[in-house]
Amino acid sequence: MDYALTDEQAMLRDAAREWLRRSYPDDRLAEIADGVGTDPRAWAEITRMGWADAAAAGSVETAVLLEQAGYGLLPAPLFVTVGLAAALGADASVPTTLAWAEDGARYLGDPVRTTVDGDGRVSGTKVLVPDLAAVTHAVVTTTAGPRLVAVADASVTACASIDGTRRLGELVLDGTPSQPLPAVEPGLARAKMLTAAAAEAVGVAQRVVDLAVEHAKNREQFGRIIGTYQGVSHKIADAHVAVELARSLVTWASWALDAGDPASVLAAHAAKSDAGSAAVRACEVAIQVHGGIGMTWDSILHRYYKRAQWLQAFEGGAPRQRAVVADALLGPVAP
Amino acid sequence: MDFTDTPEEAAFRSELRAWFAANLPADWADRPPRVGREDVEEARAWSRRLYDGGYVGITWPKEYGGGGLGHTFQGIFLEEQARANAPGHIGVIGLGMAGPTIIAHGTPAQKERYLQPLLQGTEVWCQGFSEPGSGSDLGGARTRAVLDGDDWVVNGQKVWSSFAHIADFCILVVRTDPDAPKHRGLSYLIVDMHAPGVEVRPLVQITGDPEFNEVFFTDVRVPRDSILGQPGDGWTVAMTTLLHERGTMGFSLTAHLEQGVNQLVKLAKETGADRDPLVRDQLAQFWIDLQALRYTNYRSLAGVAETGVPGPEGSISKLFWSERNQALTKLAQQLCGPAALLADQGAVWDGFWTYQQLRSRGNTIEAGTSEILRNILAERVLGLPRSR
Repeated sequence: MDYALTDEQAMLRDAAREWLRRSYPDDRLAEIADGVGTDPRAWAEITRMGWADAAAAGSVETAVLLEQAGYGLLPAPLFVTVGLAAALGADASVPTTLAWAEDGARYLGDPVRTTVDGDGRVSGTKVLVPDLAAVTHAVVTTTAGPRLVAVADASVTACASIDGTRRLGELVLDGTPSQPLPAVEPGLARAKMLTAAAAEAVGVAQRVVDLAVEHAKNREQFGRIIGTYQGVSHKIADAHVAVELARSLVTWASWALDAGDPASVLAAHAAKSDAGSAAVRACEVAIQVHGGIGMTWDSILHRYYKRAQWLQAFEGGAPRQRAVVADALLGPVAP
Repeated sequence: MDFTDTPEEAAFRSELRAWFAANLPADWADRPPRVGREDVEEARAWSRRLYDGGYVGITWPKEYGGGGLGHTFQGIFLEEQARANAPGHIGVIGLGMAGPTIIAHGTPAQKERYLQPLLQGTEVWCQGFSEPGSGSDLGGARTRAVLDGDDWVVNGQKVWSSFAHIADFCILVVRTDPDAPKHRGLSYLIVDMHAPGVEVRPLVQITGDPEFNEVFFTDVRVPRDSILGQPGDGWTVAMTTLLHERGTMGFSLTAHLEQGVNQLVKLAKETGADRDPLVRDQLAQFWIDLQALRYTNYRSLAGVAETGVPGPEGSISKLFWSERNQALTKLAQQLCGPAALLADQGAVWDGFWTYQQLRSRGNTIEAGTSEILRNILAERVLGLPRSR
């Protein structure tokens, strides 16, 4: 066994961290999140740095990148492209989102009503589609499986969304031309998406833990640094523990996916379950540790908190993931 | 990164499985889990058998009777031990604490004298760290040792000492320089538990079982060279012991939790609670916790492989395991219903869960309280300022 990232994987991680730190300081992120919601120049840079190719190399590389994207709250459609659309066979070098939800169909695998006709024309209405304004293409789930469409060929309505750099919208398809995608096993595709979401969640959680530590090291009250109070430091320690445990599960799940290990599907549910919860909780701890400042729009914390909530909601929170684990562990309960 | 066994690891694992199949008495794997204190004679015999099989001190240097293998092999051993539902070695303190400390700080003569009998299970060790007035605050230890000719003369009292009632030796933290600042006045002795003046009194725990002990030292004479490190080095040497205790413990704790999860699933099926959605949700979380603990240990091995010493991040495993084990046993008690209040015969599984639940309250106190472990994480891993 070998538990460490390869040198190439570690270099990818470090380079991504450094580029994000330089490119998107907190004030720039806030400007984008309150403005257009995405950095239109980012994708060219991402392509130049070879991230799409790296992500195509495997789930471990994808997780390494997405953890950093979460840490830096990258305002570009990397997650939807390499984490979601690529899992269903789309080209990871083209900015592409995934449109899976419809009225009455919130999760992957729920029956959808969007159809494809004999000429490959797609018709239906997709809701809660992330990053529509930042991508050129969308993978659309239909009664005949996933299809690839150009967003410009469909009609897009932006929705007011709490996460300024992962905005949601409606995609109305009315005889929109589409391309087929290579066949993938749906369970495996879902496991890849869950692992991707978990990886981004770990990055989000790590950043806010770091912010909480930084604040607790510097803020003084009653003549003492607040980090010396165990009521503060132990909360942060607990958030740190949760992040480390979640990172371990993401590592396991991403490795298992690359290795073709049969445990990969359950590993992905486990990772998504814990990482989503850990990210939301870490943000809440960080807000609490920051006190009143943590409640302000000027603080970066709410940006992370909102992303954490999107990640937790994607494919359902911990109880929904645990239900899958319980079925595997105990056998399903007959209805 | 690769979590699959290398050919060497795979060979080790399959030999080990065959060894358990050949050596574990047939009725042991399926016997009801033991309630309370282990059977000393059985544990000694089993320890010797493990030693003869080459499965004790797997990571220790070969020259002292160890296996000379990497920590991964120890991890594999503990995984397979859990899978076989096999008992462990009697020398818990010796293998996890005394031995690694002797290897790190002992003289050649001390290594020669103590390590092999420890591995064989013929000599059992206990730990003399905590005192009535200093539990978590080890630096406040007041048990005195004064040089008199070629002997240290020891006076004082230790508490919470597991295995002291069957131990042959004790790793003892004593104050040898009352004038030095508190952490610098300590020394680390090896004390013969059969020496005149050593008295062991069992302490009955809330389980009703006398699992740990008080140890009284009255004018106990300890040879001057039965010291690890130099006089005044006691704190530093003790930190080695505690790092090993918390660092390499992760795999044992994972194995323990794995057995607990398996037993809880069995109980849930027996009681029909496995159809209850709220119970299913909790069982799934325990299974996830088990995997998280397992892969956290694997990740921490990458660090051990680099430095040879477990880092402070090992505190995560112990902190997390202890709190989850408490939750697991509490759920089991709830599944047992009102019969959980019965002890021994007539109780569910002869009172196994009742014992486990009560015993688990000690998990967040022994080997570093959860409060101390959170301090370690906050200060030594996250870099927050010291709280005291």
